[in-house]
Amino acid sequence: MNRFLLPLGVFIVLVVFLWIGLTLNPREVPSPLINKIAPTFRLPQLQDSAKTIGPEDLRGKVWLLNVWASWCVTCRQEHPLLVEMGRQNLVPIYGLNYKDNRDDGLALLRNSGDPYVLSAYDREGNVGIDWGVYGVPETFVIDKSGLIRHKFIGALTPELIQNKLIPLIKELNGA
Amino acid sequence: MHSKFLFVLVLLLVMPLAHADQAVITKDDPVLEKRVMTLSEHLRCLVCQNQTIADSNAELAVDLKNQVREKLRQGQTEQEILDYMVKRYGEFVLFKPLVKSTTWLLWFGPLLLLLLGLGVLIVILRQRRKLMQQAPTLSADEHARAASMLSGNGGEGHS
Repeated sequence: MNRFLLPLGVFIVLVVFLWIGLTLNPREVPSPLINKIAPTFRLPQLQDSAKTIGPEDLRGKVWLLNVWASWCVTCRQEHPLLVEMGRQNLVPIYGLNYKDNRDDGLALLRNSGDPYVLSAYDREGNVGIDWGVYGVPETFVIDKSGLIRHKFIGALTPELIQNKLIPLIKELNGA
Repeated sequence: MHSKFLFVLVLLLVMPLAHADQAVITKDDPVLEKRVMTLSEHLRCLVCQNQTIADSNAELAVDLKNQVREKLRQGQTEQEILDYMVKRYGEFVLFKPLVKSTTWLLWFGPLLLLLLGLGVLIVILRQRRKLMQQAPTLSADEHARAASMLSGNGGEGHS
């Protein structure tokens, strides 16, 4: 009897580890920028290249930075959700149009609605790299003092918005 | 029909050239390029996580390589660039994990398993040797019987 106990124990430990491994998502690399000051930039706006936008302009309010592009299929899936959020006026959403063609980006907003207060136009994707973007869409939550408080990698879902994003925004607005 | 086929053929022929176009920019300074590639081998591509950005042709990897090249050109040191990447993407971006308390198990785990295996082996060998020593020795009579059985005289037969 005893001789089976050891292999069984090893087996159970292995199963537990593999089980935990299955529930992890290797795609989600925790960002080191959480609770750090948002990397600064100054970019032309998507709609009006003569005007610029940077995180400093938004000090004092809680806002979202949604990284998107017209070529990004998941962004298009996410888009109606953002439009809905914009309509509800939950939080100002700013866009970072990432490595996109200006006309394509504008066309998407024209056809599917524009949830953004403004979109910054990051043609080369350098600001994206600065913010540690590696898989669009990504959504950053920035607080009143300009700290990044959370980062959603991949598309937002109704569940994420309901259970995570809205409570977080309420908390940040209250503080 | 025939011309369509020809057209596709020509397209296929031209395809490698489209790629060659990218490499041209990088060839103007072989020394810098070598540094870019060496450093790139230390950075993980976050899109295709088991590749370095040197190996990967994913768009992000190309961008990061450009970023590395740009920073080297500006005179930043290798360490400064690695620090920059870690600050943006986290330590996971380093292809070779740092040796620190949270990665000790990763680095020394295999050694630990080896030692464990050796320990188990030694214990088993010791036990076996003890068993051998305790094995009952045969008396002279038993020896004789065993010898006759082995020589094929049919040890059981004559009794």
